[in-house]
Order: sequence, then C-alpha cells, then structure tokens
Amino acid sequence: LVFTEEDKYGLYSSLLFKYFLAEGVVCGHDLFVASAKEHPDNILKELPAPLLDDTYGKELGDEAAAKSEDVQDSMKIAWRYQNLPKMEASPTTYTKFGHYYDVSKKMAPELCQSVKRHSFYLHEELSSEADMKTWNMNSGYARLLQSIQRIISQEGFDGSDPQKKQRNVLRIGIQSLGSIVWGDDVCCSDTPEDAHSLTKFLYVLRGLLRKSLSACIITVPAHLIQNKAIMERVTNLSDTVVGLESFIGSERETNPLYKDYHGLVHVHQIPRLNSLICDVSDTKDLAFRLKRKLFTIERLHLPPDLSDTVSRASKQDLAGSAKLLSSGCGAMAMGKKHLDF
Amino acid sequence: QGKFTLLRDTRTDGSFLVHHFLSFYLRAGCKVCFVALLQSFSHYNIVAQKLGVSLAAAKERGQLVFLEGLKSCLDLLFGEEEQPGQPSPLQFLSTSDLRALFDFVRVSLTPADGDSWKGPVLLVDDLSVLLSLGAAPVAVLDFIHYCRASVCWQLKGNVVVLVHSNEDSEDEGNELVVNSLCHHSDLILWAEGLATGFCKDIHGQIKIIKRLSLRQAAGQDLVQIYQYKIQDRNVTFFARGLSAAVL
Repeated sequence: LVFTEEDKYGLYSSLLFKYFLAEGVVCGHDLFVASAKEHPDNILKELPAPLLDDTYGKELGDEAAAKSEDVQDSMKIAWRYQNLPKMEASPTTYTKFGHYYDVSKKMAPELCQSVKRHSFYLHEELSSEADMKTWNMNSGYARLLQSIQRIISQEGFDGSDPQKKQRNVLRIGIQSLGSIVWGDDVCCSDTPEDAHSLTKFLYVLRGLLRKSLSACIITVPAHLIQNKAIMERVTNLSDTVVGLESFIGSERETNPLYKDYHGLVHVHQIPRLNSLICDVSDTKDLAFRLKRKLFTIERLHLPPDLSDTVSRASKQDLAGSAKLLSSGCGAMAMGKKHLDF
Repeated sequence: QGKFTLLRDTRTDGSFLVHHFLSFYLRAGCKVCFVALLQSFSHYNIVAQKLGVSLAAAKERGQLVFLEGLKSCLDLLFGEEEQPGQPSPLQFLSTSDLRALFDFVRVSLTPADGDSWKGPVLLVDDLSVLLSLGAAPVAVLDFIHYCRASVCWQLKGNVVVLVHSNEDSEDEGNELVVNSLCHHSDLILWAEGLATGFCKDIHGQIKIIKRLSLRQAAGQDLVQIYQYKIQDRNVTFFARGLSAAVL
C-alpha cells in the first residue's frame, strides 16, 4: 500500500499516479482506477507513453559519456575522497526494473485498451448497495471497498478460482482520498465528524491487498488535513509513505540551492515485510524534476558554496538541509560540504 | 510470571521485538494467544522461520492461537451472516465495543483439559491500531485492564503489548493510552530511532526500564540503554557508541 502525500497543487502527484497506472498497462496488469474528482476514463486517456528502451538508453548514454571525462583527473585537495565511489545523481546503469515514460506524449489508446480496466467514479455510483449497518464509515469509502472486493473475487485475484491458470496482478489507484469530494470532511476541519472513516478504510483496504495479488497507490492531499493525529495513524497503517513537496509558490523556488529541481521527495516509511530488516537506501534526500520529456527523481546534492558573500538566509537554509542530510553525508559530500572555521 | 511488558517504539519500527517475544515464548513451551492486527499470518510465519520457530506447526498442535486481524475484518464485513452466539472478535468495528475481543482472548487462554503448556501469554501487535479503528482510548485501557486481570492475575501468565508513540504527537488518544500503560507496566522496552537522524549501521536505541518501583515502595526504576542493529536473522545489541562501524 503506497501512500502518497500530494503536493500543494497536485501537479506532480497526479503525474506519479499516472506513472503507476501506465506501468500497469505496459506490464499487462489489470487496472482499477477510483476517483471522485476526475472521471477515471479521462485519467486513463492521459497516461504517458512508454519510451522504447533504445531511445532512452541513447539519451542517458550521451549524458554519461560527457560526465565520465572529467572525473579521471585525481583530486588534489580533497584526496581523501578519491577512493569513494563517484556519486551518481541518477542511476545510469539502470537495472531493468520497470519502464520509462515520455511525459510529453500520451499513451496510444490501443495499448491502453489491451488490459482490463475497471473504474469507480464516485458520482456515478448511485447508492445501490444496501446494508451499511456493519460498516460504520463514510458511505463513499464503503462503496469503494465493496467495489474493490467485488472485482477481486470476481476476477479471481484472491486465488479463489482454482481453474484460472494465468494469475495476474491488479493495480489499484485511488486519487485524492480524504478530500472533500469523497464526502469526508477530514481535510476541512480540525475535529471531523467521523475521524475514523479514513483509517478504517485503510485498514480494510490493507486486508484486501494482503489477501490478493494487488498493489495500490493512494494520493491524499495531506497538506489540507488539519488533524495531524490522523496523519500519524495513517502512516502506521500504510506500507510505504512518500511525500511530494513542490517548490511552486514557496520561497524555495527562487533559492539558488534548489534551482535544478522542482521539488523534494520525502520518504517517510518503507515496507518491512516478511523480514526483520527493510531495504534502506544510502540516502534519504531525494528531489524530483520535470524535464520536457522525463520526470526524474534524483539524490539531492547541494552545489558547493563557493561565494564569499553568502547571505544569512541561504546559510540557514543550508544548515537546515544539512540537518536533513543524515550521516550518509560523508560518502556523498565530495567537497560539497561547507566547512566552517 | 504475571508480568506486563510494554513494547514501545518512537520514530522507528519496533516490530522486531514482537517477533522476538513470539518465538521466545513459543520455544519456552507457553501457550500463546497472538492478536495480530497489523500484518498477515504469512509475514509473521516467514520471520519466525528465520528465527527458528514454525508458527503453522505451533498452531496445529494448539500452542498458538492466532487472531489475524486483517482477515477477520474482511470476514466480518464481506462475509455472510455469522452464526449467532459466535460474535466475531472484531465486533468493535461496528459497535466500538471491545468486549468480544476480550472474550476471545479469555477463551483461548483458559487452559483446557489435557493442556500441558506452561503459563499462558497474550501478545498484541499493535494496540495503536485499535484506536485507528474507532475504539475510544478509555475502552482500550479497559480492555487491557481486563486482560491483565484475567491473564496475569487469574491465570498467572504474561502480557506483552506493542504501542507506537511519537514526540510532539498530536494524537492525544494514543498518548493517553501509552502514558497510562507505562505507569502500569513491569517492564518497558522502548525502541527509538536515533535523535541525530538515520544511520545505516545503527538502527536505533533501546531503553530497557525495569519498573521496580511498582512492586517495592522505595524501589527505583532500573534503566539501561543499548543501541542495536537489525540483521536478517537476529539483532545485535551493543553499548552506546561502540557500534562495529565506529570501532
């Protein structure tokens, strides 16, 4: 269960959402899209087109060739760092995990229609299902859960149909959960009417996901939720929690430290399933940027602070981000730390 | 015997403690009732196998009573009408009454004829989920109190409970439950993420608090602090600052 906190204007999180669905189409998984704001068919029409491997490989190859030329000269001052691996902002030797997409082009309709799609548009689902008494939660959520459960058992994702030989995966995408369009006022007030609807929904969804071959991404406008307690509980109930913070409209947009990027990615939690340990990466600071064709997530690296007249504000910001840079910093600094004497 | 242990985690995941206690008590030959609200049975089974215990076998010989919260919840909401007289232990989803859950615990740990297990143990993972599902904090505290009364005092068994907590948490209900439980515990194992941030070699710090002040009037709590690193099959503990990465 991947829980994504939306950025303020929802631009980048809907992009991430579409990536998830597009990956499903390319892999041949079934899709289930639920939304209350935009009709799911419209969402599906706007999935990015997959990049054929050779074009992307060529682009990356050009970049990598340009980079590797200047790295061979040995370092004179920071020679201690010579032995550390060169920090790569984005994985150049990309492992074949997933596909890459071209954001400027839309996915061909034939490709999109090659997989089975189910959708749930809240305003079209009339109150047909009766028997809400055991549910005790927001009716929109309850109907969504019933719809998901129906698809799972009908299409055999939970292994209930032993005759079905080809097992497939169901990718579920739910957009803008918790917002007012779903009938939940958890984003509007500090003491919502039914504070437990969202958490109960997540718990039941978690049960459904564990029981079947499905994966789910949910985007939530977390910046609107006033009651922080709910966010804590929701984090506990999800496997992966990722927050997107875009720089639009905030002071960081003009900050020279962040000029290459469009926003930050905060990984709040990663799943620890079937094992005592979890797969923790070296660094937790990731930033994203939207180039004309690609949406990339890279490690955040600060440019070297070379100027003499560095202003107070940016120094504080640097200190603030240095706090974020945890002790994995030593390996990635490579002359980028600001030494204060 | 008759001890209440509180597992607490802050800024990190303390579930490795739950896995430890589960395999520990099963290996010791106790009858265990595990209320697993957050993860599926196969998750615990796979980790327990790495630790050397088979949950499926324990379930079969009746040593382990496993309540899989996620599955029971689905059965309750999507299943057919249940038989009367056998209310689901997760009844509180609709009625916010934890009594059915307590009855389940009591029935499963009451020794039956022919049982030869040493002392009963109740293990809960985790209590904070009950609050997310609509139970009031006071109801959760009552539930724990009833469990203690029957498991610790009546049946002379042990209770181990996991809760989450956060500094500056705005979740008042959760903080209320955690603080109250801290006052009533015999032993508190508190796993915390490092205050300085994330580190690859040291996953966190564990504070062990033996509440001697509960039993003796003038006793003082004994506090020990260690740091730990979690590996695939076990967890290594070391004194603060003496991690292998530093030496």
